[in-house]
Amino acid sequence: MATRLHHKLKTFRIGGVHPEENKLSGQVPIVPLPLPKMVTIPIAQHIGAPAKITVQRGDTVKTGQIIAVHEGFVSSNIHSSVSGKVGIIEQVMDSSGFKHTAISIRVKGDDWEEYIDRSDTLVEEIEADAKEIVSRIMEAGVVGMGGAAFPSHVKLSVPEGKHVDHLLINGVECEPYLTADHRLMIEKPREIIVGIKILMRALGVKKAIIGIENNKRDAIETFEGLLKEESGISVEPLEVQYPQGGEKQLIQALLNREVPSGGLPADAGAIVHNVGTTYAVYQAVQKKKPLIERVVTVTGKSVKQPSNFLVRIGTPVIDLLIAAGGVPEDTGKIVSGGPMMGKAIADLDVPVAKGTSGILLIPKEESMRAEIYNCLHCGKCIEACPMGLEPYRLLLMSKKGNSEKAKEEHILDCIECGSCSFVCPSNRPILDYIRLGKTELRKTKKP
Amino acid sequence: MSTGLLTVSPSPHIHTELTVPQIMKGVLLAMVPAFLFSVYNFGISALYVTALTVFFCIGMEYLIVRFIFKRPVTIFDGSAAITGVLLAFNVPSNLPWHILLVGSIVSIGIAKMSFGGLGNNPFNPALVGRVFLLLSFPVQMTSWPVPAASLSLDAVTSATPLGILKDGQRTGERIDQLMAGMPSYSDYFFGLHGGSLGEMSAFALLLGLGYLLYRKIITWHIPVSMIVTILAMTAIFWFVDPSKYADPVFHVLTGGVMLGAVFMATDYVTSPITHRGMLIFGFGIGLLTVLIRLFGSYPEGVSFAILIMNAFVPLINRYAKEPRYGIHHSEKRKLTPK
Repeated sequence: MATRLHHKLKTFRIGGVHPEENKLSGQVPIVPLPLPKMVTIPIAQHIGAPAKITVQRGDTVKTGQIIAVHEGFVSSNIHSSVSGKVGIIEQVMDSSGFKHTAISIRVKGDDWEEYIDRSDTLVEEIEADAKEIVSRIMEAGVVGMGGAAFPSHVKLSVPEGKHVDHLLINGVECEPYLTADHRLMIEKPREIIVGIKILMRALGVKKAIIGIENNKRDAIETFEGLLKEESGISVEPLEVQYPQGGEKQLIQALLNREVPSGGLPADAGAIVHNVGTTYAVYQAVQKKKPLIERVVTVTGKSVKQPSNFLVRIGTPVIDLLIAAGGVPEDTGKIVSGGPMMGKAIADLDVPVAKGTSGILLIPKEESMRAEIYNCLHCGKCIEACPMGLEPYRLLLMSKKGNSEKAKEEHILDCIECGSCSFVCPSNRPILDYIRLGKTELRKTKKP
Repeated sequence: MSTGLLTVSPSPHIHTELTVPQIMKGVLLAMVPAFLFSVYNFGISALYVTALTVFFCIGMEYLIVRFIFKRPVTIFDGSAAITGVLLAFNVPSNLPWHILLVGSIVSIGIAKMSFGGLGNNPFNPALVGRVFLLLSFPVQMTSWPVPAASLSLDAVTSATPLGILKDGQRTGERIDQLMAGMPSYSDYFFGLHGGSLGEMSAFALLLGLGYLLYRKIITWHIPVSMIVTILAMTAIFWFVDPSKYADPVFHVLTGGVMLGAVFMATDYVTSPITHRGMLIFGFGIGLLTVLIRLFGSYPEGVSFAILIMNAFVPLINRYAKEPRYGIHHSEKRKLTPK
């Protein structure tokens, strides 16, 4: 053990910051949230085209029944997370702050589709072949559960001409406060390992590495114990540094390779999947269970009982907050996701989606931005940027509308991790302007 | 359960504690040891000079922001106070008040505010003020009171060790003869010799440096590259002809090297932004300092060296880039500005 502590931990090599970790709910077991009275299920919970609705108002649906099918390849199926009656289908504000079409379902009982295996029995034997695995994952509507919600079957279909030799499992959870992945790794490690084997078979790779930040020693040790006899799968403790869990950063930390600018992880011979996604893959392939629930951390300094809930997709945020002891008086901001990359939500009826990893309550005094000063050219944003960009210059270029110049300076490589805005001593809205510059570029790209 | 209105803003939703006022407070705190040494050495006059320059600098900024810019007052960010202390650190302790006023007007009025205030000035304000005074009031600016502590007499003025060296060289005296009459290295280290207020004690300045590094306000790059360059350059000359050139330790411990390396060259606004750039900047200052000291007509060159290198900062920023993720070296070459 002593040697392990002195061993230099792997990490990404450019930039990075270390915000206070605040993992308040790290030791709180996952508890299933009681069924809500009503769910609101958006049809665009993923990157890509929204799914096409296949039910009508008044239809009776079962838990796990398909209610919207994927439209094209880069899209995802949507299933009912409850049983009951389809209500109004209308535009509802989701965590993006925009209104999107969503299907509301009034809950009645909990009547599941018969083909789904709801038991907790571990199914280790993998029968499906690569092709079948991908189609089952697509069928089950599995998307990346780390936050970006990119359809998983697309990631598994490696473009021709690219050679992938490593599967990387992202158990980093570098966002402060969030503990959903941490708890899942402690409570469902065997299922996750089966999920890894499924993904390895689908990709045809011989090696998989689970990357976990070293502040989750219990999860690292759990996997080390279970993986003793497994060949090809290993676990790697990583330095606690944000954004260790960024896809590009994780590839650099674990494989010492870089994804070329504008390229895909496959260009560096790697595919990265989050542990939550890996668990969903296990359920989709071994238990035929679609992605209808996920673990959500409810946390914040004033939250009475910071918790990790197993939540049905579409449950309104308010239900989670009540279960965690109510909304504290001093709440000034509610964030869907972590404090570095999460989105502030405007009201409490926003539904939990496939990409919702946590709900963070921020007290009033911390929810407003502080006074902005002139740029001092201190260089802290450059020190912090994990992509090696010069954020202070990108801000100026975007502000002046010079997005072409910003493109030459690789503004499109920005992963929007927020490290620059986090460290800026002058509180300058660096990432806000970088986002603006990126949006301008995307606009001009279209005819 | 009503929450009232929620704040909605883009991520990130948390921010580091180290903001501009915190940094400025940290820098002021880092200057406390050097300030205490100056009071110990020069008595109440050090306190008087520092208080006056701080008052003049803050007052000057207040007047300009209030009556010319007509903007909200910026004096509370602490940067004007820092310029005041640094100006005081760079002058002899017996300077009369009207010269200090002129120095403050030049520092804040011309070097800082005429460019638009904090963050926009190309040259270090305190150094511009200092050099202006040096050129305008050469006699007053180079008659250094001898520290009270080392003589226990009323302050008597004398030349600085570097000044003695320069004059001695002109008359053709050998280094070892000149050095014999000077304070010991431990006196230099603890600041018991003639000189400007804040440049006296390498020890006090190193305490400040340690604090700045510990708080992560500055990085090691500029101080280390500057001091190492001076050590290396002077070591070469000393090795070639020890009868003509002083040894490297003498060069680093005397004059403004420590003050310059810790507080003047590390000014965010007037130094390069990347670590690579900082190393080049420190090297340039070291090089110019040694050249001015050994071959120039002034005994001391740190102020000039820093100001000259300040002018190169935009150029350094343009070429000294940090490594970028996912871009190969061949591509990088193509991307360097034409």
